[in-house]
Amino acid sequence: MTRKTDDSSKRTRRARRKESAIHGLFFLNGALVVAVLLGIFVLLVVTSIPAFREIGLREFLGNTNWNPTSFVRSSYGILAMLVSTFMVTLGALAIAVPLGIGTAAYLTEVASRRVREIAKPVVEILAGIPSVVIGFLGIVLVGPAIARVFHLPNGLNAVNGSILLAIMALPTIVSLSEDALRSVPRSYEEASLALGATRWQTLIRVKIPAASSGTTAACMLGMGRAIGETMTVLMATGCAPAMPTSFLDSVRTMTATIAIELGEVPYNTTHYYALFTVGLVLFIITFIVNMISDIVLRKYQKVSR
Amino acid sequence: MTHWFRIVLITGMCLLPATNVFARSMVQVKGSDTLINLVQKLAEAYMQKYPGKVIAVTGGGSGTGIAALVNGKCDVANSSRLIKDKEIAQARERKINPKRVVIAIDGLCVVTNAKNPVNKLTMDQLGKIFRGEIKNWKDVGGENRPITLYGRQSNSGTYDFFMELVLKGDYTPKMNQMNGNAQIVEAIKQDLSGIGYVGVGYVRDTKGVIVVKVAAKAGGYYGSPLNQPDVDTGKYPLIRPLQQYVNGMPKPLVRDFLAFELSKEGQEIVKQEGFFAIQPEYAKLNKNLGL
Repeated sequence: MTRKTDDSSKRTRRARRKESAIHGLFFLNGALVVAVLLGIFVLLVVTSIPAFREIGLREFLGNTNWNPTSFVRSSYGILAMLVSTFMVTLGALAIAVPLGIGTAAYLTEVASRRVREIAKPVVEILAGIPSVVIGFLGIVLVGPAIARVFHLPNGLNAVNGSILLAIMALPTIVSLSEDALRSVPRSYEEASLALGATRWQTLIRVKIPAASSGTTAACMLGMGRAIGETMTVLMATGCAPAMPTSFLDSVRTMTATIAIELGEVPYNTTHYYALFTVGLVLFIITFIVNMISDIVLRKYQKVSR
Repeated sequence: MTHWFRIVLITGMCLLPATNVFARSMVQVKGSDTLINLVQKLAEAYMQKYPGKVIAVTGGGSGTGIAALVNGKCDVANSSRLIKDKEIAQARERKINPKRVVIAIDGLCVVTNAKNPVNKLTMDQLGKIFRGEIKNWKDVGGENRPITLYGRQSNSGTYDFFMELVLKGDYTPKMNQMNGNAQIVEAIKQDLSGIGYVGVGYVRDTKGVIVVKVAAKAGGYYGSPLNQPDVDTGKYPLIRPLQQYVNGMPKPLVRDFLAFELSKEGQEIVKQEGFFAIQPEYAKLNKNLGL
């Protein structure tokens, strides 16, 4: 009897030690993530400070013209890039969100098991296509098609970028929305059907609202992907630095500007610091997007509980 | 939240300067996209002739190459433009002494869609078109059709060369900034209203585009970069030397490769790639470096 308790207490002690070791390991992992994040943030801020001193906030946020290698006078305004980035991203969401949630609803509600088993992996494979390949499709396929539809001389514009980014954001949105719809308790559906609602009404009025925290998160993740994407927009949107006036204008996003110019810039010059400042702005935007999605998620979770 | 972290990482990776992981026994060549195909061919021929030697050639634009040389990240910078005073000063600060070697001559070509009736322009008209002052083809003797501009991105030496020689001012911000010579050619093939500029190596035997004849002055002689005599006599106004920059007197490994490029064999490859062999005045300049 005593030996047995001895044994088990030893076992629990050992288990506890193991547990605390694992606990420590995970804590280290978490701490590392936070440290990397803080490191990047500090790097961005520190390298951006000289730019603010040399350029000034007024020029940076007030000027629409970005031309650091100008023949006449360098200018460092990010307004046109900021507008371009938002145009392409919102355009992408306008296409990807209805399409993504629609696909997810089809997969959960309508599709037979067989179709679902084929369709879902196919959608997920879409996420694995490299962005250069999608950018290339934008040049040879989507661009000429847009030119024909809108009677334009060429299809290198914001619409092209939006379509391509929508394709890239789709897998995330479909996959996560489907999970969200699937996790709606069956009793909700049963109650709705028992009250005489059709399956369509149940889907639109009950299931999709009940899954809205998940679908919102899915869309925000899609948006994050669209904002940060570089290669595709660099290839397919024409990269003209002028302030865009419509979706059929060529646009140049912040990511594209950084990608084009960071390679050529001599270190520790105004231009170099200015590019880091653009990076900082990008960082802050994605930070805000994710904060909002986090707050929305939490709010909905409380309501549904 | 994890996604937010991913974005941070991706942004961070974009921003962190690339580190040089290559062994120093290898010659690193970096820069101009106009020169990349040519120098790659030269490097292949050189490596075949001298097994064991390794020459790595990458692109990115002349500005990228010169910045890499200034930052000590490559041995040879390909450049389709001259190094700027600003860049020389930056190099000196880092104890790097850029020396120039001319390896080929390029006729910069102005191209339009094959269906466009405009086939000759003056330098003045070109400047006005790319500064955004002439916006319609009818103003230069073509159809009533708005002009779509295709240029390079600011890290390109061709972008700088064209800006300094032709525009003498800023490009209109409406110009599409393409990611390389080939992309410009492809875009103009599909665009009736397009005009752009590319190195001569990219338009030999290309269908769907025409190379515009250019005159230095209105009423002057319209020369073509595809016509050897026009290039040799300087009657075609958009001729430029293509060069490589090295740090000081090149070390033997680098010098051997440069000597090969300038040899008869190397210059033969230059011609095969659609460029022109160097003229005596540049050969003299190269002699200063012992080549």
